[in-house]
Amino acid sequence: MTNINTLKTELTTQIEAANDLQALDDIRISALGKKGRVTALMKTLGSMTPEERKTKGQELNVLKNEITNQLKKQEKVLKKVEMEERLATEQLDITLSIRPERKGHIHPISQTMDELVTIFGAMGFTVAEGPDIEDDWHNFTALNFPPGHPAREMQDTFFLNNPAKVEPEQKSGDTRKLLRTHTSSVQIRHMENNEPPFKTICFGRTYRSDWDMTHTPMFHQMECICVDKDITMAHLKGCLTDFVRAFFKIDDLPVRFRPSFFPFVEPGAEVDIGYFKKGEGIKLGLADNPNDQKWMEILGAGMVHCNVLTNCGVNPEIYQGFAFGMGLERATMLKYGISDLRTFFDSDTRWLDHYGFDPFDRPNSATGQ
Amino acid sequence: MKFTLNWLKRHLDTNASLEEICDKLTAIGLELEDLEDRAKSFAPFTVAEIITANPHPNADKLKVLSVKTKDSDSVQVVCGAPNAKAGMKGIFASEGTYIPGLEVTLKKTKIRGIESNGMMVSEREMCLSDEHEGIIELDNNIEIGTPMAQIFGLDDPIIDIALTPNRADCAGVRGIARDLAAAGLGNLRAQDESAVTGSFKSSINVKIEDKDGCPLFLGRTIKGVKNVQSPKWFQQLLKAIGLRPISALVDITNFMSIDQCRPLHVYDADKINGNITVRETKSGEKLEALNDKTYEDVGNGSIGIYDDNNLIGLGGVIGGVSTGSEKETTNVFLETAYFKPERIARTGRDLSIESDARYRFERGIDPEFTFAGMEIATRLILEFCGGEVSEVVQAGKVPDWKHNIEYDTNYVKQLIGINIEQAQQKTILEALGFNISGNKILSITPPPWRGDVFGKADITEEIIRIIGFDKIPSRSVYGSNTGTPAETPLLTKLRKARNALTARGLNECVTWSFLGHEQAQAFSINDNKKLAAITIQNPISSEIDVMRPSILPNLIQAATQNETRGYNDVALCEVGPVFESVNPEGQKIMAAGIRAGRNTARHWSDKNTSRAVDIYDAKADAIAALEACGAPATNAQITRDAPDYFHPGRSGTLRLGSNVLAYFGELHPEIIEQMNIKTPIIGFEVFLQNIPESKKTESKKKASTEKKYLKLEPLQPIERDFAFLVDENIEASNLLRAVISIDKNLIKDAQIFDIYQGKGVEDGKKSIALNVIIQPKDQTLTDKDIEVLSQKIIANVEKKIGGKLRG
Repeated sequence: MTNINTLKTELTTQIEAANDLQALDDIRISALGKKGRVTALMKTLGSMTPEERKTKGQELNVLKNEITNQLKKQEKVLKKVEMEERLATEQLDITLSIRPERKGHIHPISQTMDELVTIFGAMGFTVAEGPDIEDDWHNFTALNFPPGHPAREMQDTFFLNNPAKVEPEQKSGDTRKLLRTHTSSVQIRHMENNEPPFKTICFGRTYRSDWDMTHTPMFHQMECICVDKDITMAHLKGCLTDFVRAFFKIDDLPVRFRPSFFPFVEPGAEVDIGYFKKGEGIKLGLADNPNDQKWMEILGAGMVHCNVLTNCGVNPEIYQGFAFGMGLERATMLKYGISDLRTFFDSDTRWLDHYGFDPFDRPNSATGQ
Repeated sequence: MKFTLNWLKRHLDTNASLEEICDKLTAIGLELEDLEDRAKSFAPFTVAEIITANPHPNADKLKVLSVKTKDSDSVQVVCGAPNAKAGMKGIFASEGTYIPGLEVTLKKTKIRGIESNGMMVSEREMCLSDEHEGIIELDNNIEIGTPMAQIFGLDDPIIDIALTPNRADCAGVRGIARDLAAAGLGNLRAQDESAVTGSFKSSINVKIEDKDGCPLFLGRTIKGVKNVQSPKWFQQLLKAIGLRPISALVDITNFMSIDQCRPLHVYDADKINGNITVRETKSGEKLEALNDKTYEDVGNGSIGIYDDNNLIGLGGVIGGVSTGSEKETTNVFLETAYFKPERIARTGRDLSIESDARYRFERGIDPEFTFAGMEIATRLILEFCGGEVSEVVQAGKVPDWKHNIEYDTNYVKQLIGINIEQAQQKTILEALGFNISGNKILSITPPPWRGDVFGKADITEEIIRIIGFDKIPSRSVYGSNTGTPAETPLLTKLRKARNALTARGLNECVTWSFLGHEQAQAFSINDNKKLAAITIQNPISSEIDVMRPSILPNLIQAATQNETRGYNDVALCEVGPVFESVNPEGQKIMAAGIRAGRNTARHWSDKNTSRAVDIYDAKADAIAALEACGAPATNAQITRDAPDYFHPGRSGTLRLGSNVLAYFGELHPEIIEQMNIKTPIIGFEVFLQNIPESKKTESKKKASTEKKYLKLEPLQPIERDFAFLVDENIEASNLLRAVISIDKNLIKDAQIFDIYQGKGVEDGKKSIALNVIIQPKDQTLTDKDIEVLSQKIIANVEKKIGGKLRG
């Protein structure tokens, strides 16, 4: 009978020498398989006396466990080696391009309009809507434009050829239709159809008969109106200052109010924001040296004219408030450094890819606008 | 409105600096548009003396000068001017100076081998005149170093303000001075407006027949004038603001417009036949006007100035050549009148005449000032031209302009949010010429030159603009209507559709709301299959003369433009209006898009990655937009009735009953040909307003953000594949309906994964393979249960669409 210790030494040597899983498995079978050498020794236990069996049995069990453990350990080692060999052969060209996917972008004007909703939404304003095709009443008369005002002329305003079926405007009986020249028409519709107080913004397409480097026949405007019993010009200043600072993301952006004139407000103001020259270009904000502070006009504002309130069925003896309006292309150009107005409407994919915005990164109050 | 600092100071007694004046102008609503401080730009040019002038050794026509300047006793200058000679004084520019007329900056240079260190300039080189025969030659007693600007009267800064249409009074320098004085920048100087006594009766009389257009007309004859050149100082004022001095009489009328906002007219009295009548013009009358234009037909309803024979001018707009003053004029008739703004505006517009007179009359000048204006102009004529003055003839009277405004001075606080003492308010208003009476509630009469002041808000504006808008405090309006969304439901859809489409790879465009009638034609088909284009009466160009009936033609055009730039494969979308009628409800808000060329670039991983776009891309885009807006797009019916601009067999409509949600498909081959597109192109249009509002947002009271309860099934779903042989014209949706309708409770979904025609499938048939997902609910399904369900599916497919299970 083979000495257990000899057998153990012999098997251990074999296991340690095994250099692949197949060899290791062969050793396992030769030792622990049905016909294996350890198994064969186990089989002899049956012919032994109970005392012998007890001692021998214990020894053999120890041997079996030890060999099993050694096999497992060596298997682990060999599997690792094998894995490493396999991985060494599994190389891909990681510099190859990814599968192409189309990427779309939000137009900068839409971005700006989303920003307006975010900023004014936080101030408690809601959005109002109105049609692009307007009548004289909503675009001019209700806004206190005098009868002969040049804006009503063909060289400034687009008029439409009336088809047979036009519903006359209720108050003025207008049937002549035009393309709205500003979004102020929406404030008229909103005030006509709702009860004060009003705290509303609107924005959208506007049209004027002009086409050159700095004018396009279609452009976008926004309009803000705030009417209640106690809304003063101080609120106009506050609201507007808060807005332009939030929009341009400049906390100390200087804002200057100058007296001006628009038929639909009294007093009327033009609003400038501060900038200074930096290198070849300009930078919005407060100049370090007051002498370098320059101003650019950005919007028109004022206290809503009592005639406008009356025209909309709002009693000017009880209600008062402010309104302001701004061209969106210019604001967008300033904010995002876009140099040519006309490119907004060219649908050039190179421009859209460059100046457009990620659909998954929309304006929100967390990141600012 | 242009004027100079010295001009302003003729009316305003002030110590304020130019900068203070400019800042104040803007602060009180007379926005500074431009300031040209010529003293600064002419500063490098000073008087110098030519000490010696020797012939140039290498050039016959050149001279070598030694010039004594303010900085050096001898500067060598090479000069080609024939008049350059020793002892002469002229204007010197040193190296480094920019010469406006040459548009170059002087550099030290060698001319024909001789060093030249500066230049003696000519008038043309300084942009003063066309004179370039020689260099500027000055009086010998002018000191070396004297600034050139001082000699030429160019040291008077030119101020240009943007005048708002309500401020007619500031279309005169005196009005501007009055505003500045009220704002604390000095005192308005008194001016002599007293009547000049006439020594005889005017031989020319005036009659007004058009009292509406001309309520007041004053006239005066001045005999024995000499229409000389105006004095130099007077000419310089006019030149500075861009008016060419002509003769004293003409210059005075121009001056009166700018200085006093009092346009007037000087006739050659000897050319007037008889007397003057003011009446409405009649169509067919002709006027040869002083702007070198002849108006063959002045039209009806202008304010005509007639002598006994002819129309001699259009009152308040332009005078006529026949009675204009000339150099030889010796007897003049001076007109000051008041014309009605609306009438002037109409004439000016109808005849397209821009004149200084029109500009002022149509904004409304001071009617009371008609008398003073006559006297001020008379004095100027006497001063410059001499002569003998007649009495004033007057027709009509000053139109009624006076009105009172009841004013509570607390209104400033109420409207502006700032406290201003009543005394201060009164001081400001009085300085502006307002007449005030009363104590607590004031009764205020605006001055005759302020026809723009009507109500209490106007009064408040006067006070606050003089105080300064910068004094108004700032109050935020952050509010608290947090329950109401800022967006309207439609705007939310707009935004969501836009985000969904761009996320699917379409680039958002903004194209015109209009397009050319030719492109519009194919897209302007209404329900009755009739052309229904909304055309623009006064388009800028024929390329944009119709309101767009669809966004697609604009996007297709955008695609072709990108194609010309070398970008064939584009995906574009736009969210915006289309126009079915001119009424508000005829404006529909659409989300539309197109894809052209190939869906993506070719890629090494798979030859099939890059494929031509097809209608299933368009369908997917439409569904994505609809689903983003909460539309039950997967439940929508699909019908074959997209508009005619789509390919009839390769397009469809997604609808909920009669409610059209979207069109999608390939563009009609005719359109593709007409619009000259070379790549495959598909498109879609989603009617955002037709998407039903989800019930929960319909009523604000029940507004809820809750979603429907989801039961997570504990049992695993089972998948089974089937393949059916069906007629080739059977639509997929019919097969799917036949399968799913068997047991909507158990069959969760069915998806087609293969369609095959060809070998092994008889002609006229196709094989459709689909994967059915069965979701057991309360208990697991046995093999037998599934077999029963499968048999039901097979039987129903056969019954409904004649499909046979493929062996």
